[in-house]
Amino acid sequence: MASSFSTLKTIQPFCFSTTTTRSQQKSTLPTTNSSFFGSNNKLHKSFNSFSPSTNRLRSAVVAVSDVVKEKKLKTSASTSNLLITKEEGLVLYEDMVLGRVFEDMCAQMYYRGKMYGFVHLYNGQEAVSTGFIKLLKKEDCVVSTYRDHVHALSKGVSARAVMSELFAKKTGVCRGQGGSMHMFSKEHNLLGGFAFIGEGIPVATGAAFTSKYRREVLKEDCDEVTLAFFGDGTCNNGQFFECLNMAQLWKLPIVFVVENNLWAIGMSHLRATSDPAIYKKGPAFGMPGVLVDGMDVLKVREVAKEAIGRARRGEGPSLIECETYRFRGHSLADPDELRDAGEKNHYGARDPIVALKKYVLENNLASESDLKAIDKKIEELVEEAVEFADASPYPSREQLLENVFADPKGFGIGPDGKYRCEDPKFTQGTAQV
Amino acid sequence: MLGTLWHKVFSSGVSSSSVIGQSLQRIRPSFSATRSYASTSTGKEMTVRDALNSALDEEMSADPTVFVMGEEVGEYQGAYKITKGLLDKYGPERVVDTPITEAGFTGIGVGAAYHGLRPVVEFMTFNFSMQAIDHIINSAAKSNYMSAGQISVPIVFRGPNGAAAGVGAQHSQCYAAWFGSCPGLKVLAPYSSEDARGLLKAAIRDPDPVVFLENELLYGESFPISAEALDSSFSLPIGKAKIEREGKDVTIVAYSKMVGYALQAAERLSKEGISAEVINLRSIRPLDRRAINASVRKTNRLVTVEEGFPQHGVGAEICASVVEESFEYLDAPVERISGADVPMPYAADLERLAVPQVEDIVRAAKRACFRAK
Repeated sequence: MASSFSTLKTIQPFCFSTTTTRSQQKSTLPTTNSSFFGSNNKLHKSFNSFSPSTNRLRSAVVAVSDVVKEKKLKTSASTSNLLITKEEGLVLYEDMVLGRVFEDMCAQMYYRGKMYGFVHLYNGQEAVSTGFIKLLKKEDCVVSTYRDHVHALSKGVSARAVMSELFAKKTGVCRGQGGSMHMFSKEHNLLGGFAFIGEGIPVATGAAFTSKYRREVLKEDCDEVTLAFFGDGTCNNGQFFECLNMAQLWKLPIVFVVENNLWAIGMSHLRATSDPAIYKKGPAFGMPGVLVDGMDVLKVREVAKEAIGRARRGEGPSLIECETYRFRGHSLADPDELRDAGEKNHYGARDPIVALKKYVLENNLASESDLKAIDKKIEELVEEAVEFADASPYPSREQLLENVFADPKGFGIGPDGKYRCEDPKFTQGTAQV
Repeated sequence: MLGTLWHKVFSSGVSSSSVIGQSLQRIRPSFSATRSYASTSTGKEMTVRDALNSALDEEMSADPTVFVMGEEVGEYQGAYKITKGLLDKYGPERVVDTPITEAGFTGIGVGAAYHGLRPVVEFMTFNFSMQAIDHIINSAAKSNYMSAGQISVPIVFRGPNGAAAGVGAQHSQCYAAWFGSCPGLKVLAPYSSEDARGLLKAAIRDPDPVVFLENELLYGESFPISAEALDSSFSLPIGKAKIEREGKDVTIVAYSKMVGYALQAAERLSKEGISAEVINLRSIRPLDRRAINASVRKTNRLVTVEEGFPQHGVGAEICASVVEESFEYLDAPVERISGADVPMPYAADLERLAVPQVEDIVRAAKRACFRAK
């Protein structure tokens, strides 16, 4: 335990999750005199005065602006006190616009019948995907949820491949066998979108386990990090707690990224969770827990840098709660009638893309026309992805039975890399098989 | 192996190979078994426990990406001592003691397999796999398909399965049919030490998720084992059944512990002039339909034996296969022997009634041969 507390201390500046801040946090959390906090009524009534969510955000801003201030202090002596360079700013902007435009296009295509089933869009949450994933190397892993299109795009899977998958075409990233909720790309170390709440967390923890195993057992030069993305609802699921425990116990290189968009489908986070401050659950397991404004990509990025760096240095996992909001319903089948208009407007006004744009322009990192050029480029890219997907063939009939097994005959692969079933000698000498 | 009579002597908890920690009350002591041979075997013998242990050891030694994880596999040396000695040899990084969190550590195993390792996940018993079935079915079995072959999942889920003795309904159940119904999984059920070694080694080397169903009551049993099977390169093909005993009058298909019962039944039947062919399935999925149908076409009669529940069971699938492919060869209705359609009772006399016994097999085989009184 001593060691985990000392680690906490080292990142104290950006981590306000330790006991020192608990009293401060207490005052910002909703009091429990009403058992209905989190219902849309309550939110509606209290929105302008004492909304739990706005208060929580305020504290998030405080926490992170400390980092920002620190950073500024540190760097003010040098040439610039900005959080990003021009190039970085444009990369972030482009990735967020790609996420937004892609998802808007998905909605259109869904309503036109080009895709079907469950389609969960990421609008509004782009700062989280971009803020985290754009810091990764190609070897680093991402494990996502059913809301996985944008994580795939941020990790580098092409818009064509994702769109084609949604169109159920053979050219999709999983040849039409995965679908909206199951994007896998071995090449990009995207280890899947998982459709069940909490299911991806152990898988991500296993990927992180592998990285540690490679380093310590196989003696490989490996500093891979895994990001596990999941939502607020997942944080009430047992697998979340099981894996926080094991990840910290074994000091695995993983970052647990909670995209707290405040709602399950129609179940408010506040109505579902005894203590809605998710980041506080990190220290309970001996790892840092951080709350960050998930509508601000620069703040997310700062926190992500710390957490990813920590994991890469072998110092163990972190739990990051990004307070964010989805601008659309849970899925395209959700009429989204329970969330209050005031709440939606509140977050709508904090659109992460608009905020980044403002930052970039105000700090003269890029011109309006630079950004417009990116908008145009992305629109064309997404249009082209749709055309590509539309023109691509559907899977052929034979494909139905392919890929059930890596080795359908079950004899395994020999040391020479060939299937044993192709070697007639394999069955010889094994009594009466 | 042919003509071997396995005569079991139940001893209550005084087994020399008692494997049970006092704190582990959910596990009942295994019983030892003595044997008498109808035919003499001059070769070496090995217990199923040692067969599994040596297979794990050899595979871990051959491939550094193979590791074992589960509850009590390390310092405690395994609840049933299957992982005995491995911690000393390979260290705690490769023999990973986990907290009691099946969903968590099974998922971690699956994630490790996605990312290039070859985990062997031990369930203290397969009953506990129910806590983790989401990861076996949804994360492990489906990923190769969902990812269109990009993500293969070379993982083994192993542990004791099936009816134990006196442990009640929650600890006494066969999961062969459950996992056997899921595409994307390979499901193996060894009977003898040769099976245990050959199949476990094949399972670990296999690029797909394998559910490896052992039997607690077989762990302490010794079987003759050939020099071939002791070779470290030995492995058995997945999906192939073994004819344990050749015969011409009736085919008895069984797996795991029931193979031993079927062999005993065959021995008794032979004394009454009925020549029974005993098929040891070894692999529940893929199911060796060819071997089963070939045998039925020869004997024209079929008896299936399993410990699991009757409805939608392994026997039901075998019957369907034979009816579909060899209907015109059948000379008698198919006989299906299974566990009783009830949760396992605790009381020993009721428990005995709830699982198939040798005399049930003998009776069914005689019925199939129209020799029942």
